[in-house]
Amino acid sequence: MSSPVVSLNPWTDLSTMWSYPYLRNALIAGSIVAIIAASVGWMMVQRRQSFLGHTLAVVSFPGASLALLFALPASVGYYGATVIAALIARQSSDAQTADDRQSNATIGTVQAVALATGLLVISRSSSFLTSTTSLLFGSFLGITSNEVLLIAVVGVVTGVVFIAIARPLLLATFDATEATAMGIPVAALNVVFAVLLACVVAATSQITGALLVFALLVMPGATAQILTPKVWKGCAISVGLGLGILWLGIGLSFYLPRLPLGFCVTSVGFFAYLVSHVLVALRSRPHLQGNVA
Amino acid sequence: MTASLSTTLLAPFMVNAFIAGTAIALLTGAVGSMLVLRVELFTADALSHVAFTGAMAALLLGLVTGVGLLIACISAAVVLALLGRRIGRSDAAIGTFFAWILGLGTLLLSLASTSSSGSTGTSSITVLFGSLFSLSSTGTWLAVIGSTLGLIALGIVLRPLIYSSIDASIAQARGVPVVGVSIAFAVIVGCATALSVQAVGALLFVGLVAAPAGAAMRATTNPFATTALSMGLSVAAVWTGLFLSGMIPSVPPSAAIILVAAAFFGTAKLSESLVARRAR
Amino acid sequence: MTPDHPALHWSDASVTLGQRTLFRHVNLTIPTGSFVAILGPNGVGKSTLMKTILGLQHLSEGSVSVFGGSPEEARPLIGYLPQRHHFESSVSISGRDLVRLGLDGDRWGMPLPFANKFSASARAKSAQVAEVLEQVGATSYADRSVGACSGGEQQRLLIAQALVRRPQLLVLDEPLDSLDLPNQVAVAELIATISNVHGVTVLLVAHDVNPILSHLDQVVYLAHGGVLTGSPKEVITSENLSALYDTPVDVLTTSTGRLVVVGQPDAHGGHHPHLGHGNHHGHAG
Ligand SMILES: Nc1ncnc2c1ncn2[C@@H]1O[C@H](COP(=O)(O)OP(=O)(O)O)[C@@H](O)[C@H]1O
Ligand SMILES: [Mg+2]
Repeated sequence: MSSPVVSLNPWTDLSTMWSYPYLRNALIAGSIVAIIAASVGWMMVQRRQSFLGHTLAVVSFPGASLALLFALPASVGYYGATVIAALIARQSSDAQTADDRQSNATIGTVQAVALATGLLVISRSSSFLTSTTSLLFGSFLGITSNEVLLIAVVGVVTGVVFIAIARPLLLATFDATEATAMGIPVAALNVVFAVLLACVVAATSQITGALLVFALLVMPGATAQILTPKVWKGCAISVGLGLGILWLGIGLSFYLPRLPLGFCVTSVGFFAYLVSHVLVALRSRPHLQGNVA
Repeated sequence: MTASLSTTLLAPFMVNAFIAGTAIALLTGAVGSMLVLRVELFTADALSHVAFTGAMAALLLGLVTGVGLLIACISAAVVLALLGRRIGRSDAAIGTFFAWILGLGTLLLSLASTSSSGSTGTSSITVLFGSLFSLSSTGTWLAVIGSTLGLIALGIVLRPLIYSSIDASIAQARGVPVVGVSIAFAVIVGCATALSVQAVGALLFVGLVAAPAGAAMRATTNPFATTALSMGLSVAAVWTGLFLSGMIPSVPPSAAIILVAAAFFGTAKLSESLVARRAR
Repeated sequence: MTPDHPALHWSDASVTLGQRTLFRHVNLTIPTGSFVAILGPNGVGKSTLMKTILGLQHLSEGSVSVFGGSPEEARPLIGYLPQRHHFESSVSISGRDLVRLGLDGDRWGMPLPFANKFSASARAKSAQVAEVLEQVGATSYADRSVGACSGGEQQRLLIAQALVRRPQLLVLDEPLDSLDLPNQVAVAELIATISNVHGVTVLLVAHDVNPILSHLDQVVYLAHGGVLTGSPKEVITSENLSALYDTPVDVLTTSTGRLVVVGQPDAHGGHHPHLGHGNHHGHAG
């Protein structure tokens, strides 16, 4: 494929990008993924399960390499591995958040086992270097139309499930006792959310690579959490930020092709995070609550 | 078979691996038990990725990789410890920092691979997955000295560290310099990360701190005993892993070590739930 | 220490957090050996006032002296129980080891293995821990992990932890919180006994005054940016409490002469006092 020509006129550039199927696929798939990752990731941040989220992201690497070994479609590896890991990590703890020593240790172990397995599998293959690098760091621009379709389907399904469970899940997150008293199946919801997170991670890591999924998952939610203490407003801001971060990141790497996409996306996200910290600090300065040791 | 096994086990690279591996295991076992107690494994996970970025930066600047690793890990550990005090121990904040560090790592990786020879790919994989079998004797001695220093430092702060991890406000009221202790611990964790990246690699580090400590925590209720047991399990995992990897050459040592450590963890968990079931 | 110094003395003390003044120009004296309750609506600054004793919160104006010295100097004489949530179930330290940390947790280094076998001082320390565990009635569950103990058991272990150095002053922030009624009474009884037998000064923040009322020498109400203090009979009156909490509160005297507070104001939770009224309720202690 020939490289697109950059004109520095955003509109022409956008239509140029659109006319290249691989860029169009990347934009469509990326946008779907950004929306679901930002909303589910926002919930992940509320539940303080970032460690679980990162572990699931990492688990997609051995999943994909196993699929490679057995000549299965990569998607089977991605979704299979993340869902299994989510179930193991969840099953081991009855606490609802990951901020618990036992489940913390379990999650860390699951992550390392997954990586060790991935290493074991992939060190036998001849293309050790290139496939490791692409699995870890992604091949954003190598998405086929079929994969876009799969991502769209997963996006719709996870979106519907998320909307259905979001409200009781949030109550279960902040007050599990109250939720149980109201008849909400807290334990089941925890598992459902872990599987949901796993699916979103699998969908996302297919396009961003195992190591950078986490950026789309955690950065919008973390930033939204700083900007507002209101829950649903926070979720909406998170989705907006997710799309904004992804598009700006893609745009940046389009104009500065020497910068890898992953760097552009995470830098935009990190910048947004820092700026919102500064904004909030400035906004509350007149009636600042001194931070006492 | 026995003859070839003993030659493998006595080969200089194997001896170096055993010496360095033991030293590093003692340090990661001890540090791991404190990380589990403080619920800071996610921070350790983030630090190990900082190690990757630091190594890539060192490569690009023409520094020794180990130096880049050490500087990056210690400074990031201290930043995270200070940040944790200012904005609360927020895993979302750690995660955001961490995601950006990874992004920075990819940038440095791509810069390094375009600017230098083809060795970059290999060294990035080395940093990611460790290379205990290719340690030089200098590297071995560095690992031994570094681990010893780390263990001595941890021994000095251990009791106040445990006290402030159990309840910071009580410890502070008793005059424990809680901030100083947590910064000292951050520096130790940074060193441990930098050292063990050589052994098991950046990606597997979290397993080396989580699995032995997680298993030890289930066995005793005395924090000092937990620490000692965790060190013992960690050494056992390294020895068994190295032995297995020596016998089956297609198994990389870091993968073997992690799988053995995880087996310890799984056994501890399983026996705990069996005991709980019997008690019921 | 020296009998001519009161245990605690705040003079002209103010605390401002950011722009918000919690209390201003507080003058308060707590005599050595007394049993004192600190009462007041949520968020009024009771915990903050306790932290000024420990040097964990600095005064923006005025001074506080503890046994005639600074809070830092008095640290070894103070046993502290912070206001807390409970230990998570995954905290796997045994109660005995927790109390032991109260004894030597601030010392650098680590204990030698099997120290009890060859060191007399280690044996003495273990005995001291065992004694205080017995005193609070926690021996039977002292070797379980604290995460597996009930809220009341954890509270007793933490009280043992505060007591183990045989302090002259006990600062207890809501020690009766989340205990059931029999346990509240038992723990209050225990603290009062320690105060009486060993002459320990006790400062206790409470939500509900009734379980401790009969043991109290002095009550301190914190509200409206100032303090109101005196003996329970003087201070705990319907008028005072209704004014402090801005809501009707009844104080009844039972046939045996006990006071009972009805319409417990803390049931309203999150009730914030008016700020900036200066110290129109402030009284010298
Ligand atoms: N670090 C802080 N910064 C700003 N405000 C604080 C800080 N710590 C406590 N506060 C505020 O000070 C007030 C008093 O807190 P506290 O002493 O805990 O109240 P109490 O123990 O009486 O319920 C509360 O409104 C609380 O929100
Ligand atoms: Mg309080």
